[in-house]
Amino acid sequence: MRFKPDLTWADVTPKADFLNRRQLMKGAAAMGIGSIGGATMASANAPASIYSTDEEPNTLEEISSYNNFYEFGTGKDEPAEHAYRLTTSPWTVEIDGLVDNPGMYDLNDILSQVTIEERIYRFRCVEAWSMVVPWNGFELRQLLERVGVQSSAKYVAFETLVRPDEMLWQNYDILEWPYREGLRLDEAMNPLTIMATGLYGEELPKQNGAPMRLVVPWKYGFKSIKSIVKISLTEEEPETSWNMQNAREYGFYSNVNPEVSHPRWSQASERRIGGGFFATRQPTQMFNGYEQYVASMYDGMDLSENF
Amino acid sequence: MQQVSQTCNGLCRAIPVWVVYLLGFAPFVWLLIQLFTYQLGVDPVKVLEHEFGKVGLQFIVGGIVITPLRNWTGINLLKFRRAIGVLAFFYVLAHLLVWLVLDIQLLWGEILTDIFKRPYITIGMFGFLIMAPLALTSNNTSVKKMGAMSWRKLHKLTYLAAPAAAIHYVMVVKGWQIEPLIYLAIVGVLLIARIKLKQRNRSAARV
Ligand code: HEM
Repeated sequence: MRFKPDLTWADVTPKADFLNRRQLMKGAAAMGIGSIGGATMASANAPASIYSTDEEPNTLEEISSYNNFYEFGTGKDEPAEHAYRLTTSPWTVEIDGLVDNPGMYDLNDILSQVTIEERIYRFRCVEAWSMVVPWNGFELRQLLERVGVQSSAKYVAFETLVRPDEMLWQNYDILEWPYREGLRLDEAMNPLTIMATGLYGEELPKQNGAPMRLVVPWKYGFKSIKSIVKISLTEEEPETSWNMQNAREYGFYSNVNPEVSHPRWSQASERRIGGGFFATRQPTQMFNGYEQYVASMYDGMDLSENF
Repeated sequence: MQQVSQTCNGLCRAIPVWVVYLLGFAPFVWLLIQLFTYQLGVDPVKVLEHEFGKVGLQFIVGGIVITPLRNWTGINLLKFRRAIGVLAFFYVLAHLLVWLVLDIQLLWGEILTDIFKRPYITIGMFGFLIMAPLALTSNNTSVKKMGAMSWRKLHKLTYLAAPAAAIHYVMVVKGWQIEPLIYLAIVGVLLIARIKLKQRNRSAARV
């Protein structure tokens, strides 16, 4: 299925369906038939992915008012307050490095060649809180296949926009700008890895990384880099922002792993945002619950060494 | 300057200590009001945890600023120091309780690992443990029982608790953020001022 760039998010997934779907899920959960609920939803709403969780998603308000996006402030509520300054249109993404078709790609052009679908993913922050987010986006591998990855490429590097007059905190050295992230090529090609461009069937809010951000649901949230302007295919492992800032605390892989402790936060359990003041912590799952899809990529690797 | 400090000191004499307690509890009450009216955002637990810690640190700074302030400007707030110290402990205790009960939720395994393995928590706990006996002895009976000399000696521990608290804050935040560094700098300056004062008093005593 292909969507023309002039379609809006509301066309892709009408809001009414979403509301419906939430009710359905609530109903299904109440009856204790999560999996059957999932099947019903597929018919109620065209692109229900097998990769989506049937856990109750967080509300749009929760997802768009509690953000780590240091370009717009270090408080959780600051990105929602300051991200409006960001100009997201026009938007071009530079794709370079070991690819057959390097160049500047207009976002509309990118979107015209990919399939947008809904993915409801668990999102686990390294700070030991979590959410469930209904993203709209496309599998990154579709874009990579389009630009033609050369056989020598082993990694994919990403960069966030640098525009200090709109991203005011880039005037301070909280981190070394631009924000950088990277994946191993097989991680980037994994069907779970998406480029998100929407949330709840609407355009992605700016504080969530508009117009296009990475989502890698089995890794800590900071790997899912926002407002991407550059993608490079490389042979060497790329530098990544938090690793540059503090290599002891933030590894290149940063896979969600309850057994590998972090110097700041115990990773054994997490607080689900939106559960209310007395919500109990829940145990953190290996690979954030995506073990069946990703564990084989790390066969034979010592995950406490390669944290 | 002298005039300013005299006016201030005059005012201070007129203000009863309970006014400071009243004002000191205002942030606590205000946070609770915001909590019950759903104004603390989608993660009220973290907001309370952070705000209690922040206000606690502010009172700690307020406590150690009093002596240098008197020496530099002649403004004498000594009368309020006990209240400020007790308020500091109140907020740090609230901070600790939010962490224990609402954040880490009495999972003792995780709590113990956190206290011993995570340096920022270790230092925070160190600060708290130092402050506890100071708060418990902040009453006239204790001063009498202990004798003024040893009481004062004990309360010098404030000068260990303050840097511990400031360093804890610097270590809590991710990346290089300005605010915690400002607190650390202020605490540093106040400690150096205190040491200088002491040296001066000593050499003065020798003369
Ligand atoms: C000496 C007394 C203490 C002071 C003045 C203090 C102050 C602070 C401050 C200012 C913050 C950061 C707030 C922000 O980011 O806005 C903080 C965070 C924190 N403190 Fe303390 N603290 C103290 C003791 C403790 C103790 C005893 C513990 C636990 C054993 C503790 C645990 C924490 C935790 C868990 C955080 C938040 C970490 C996160 O955001 O995940 N603190 N504290």
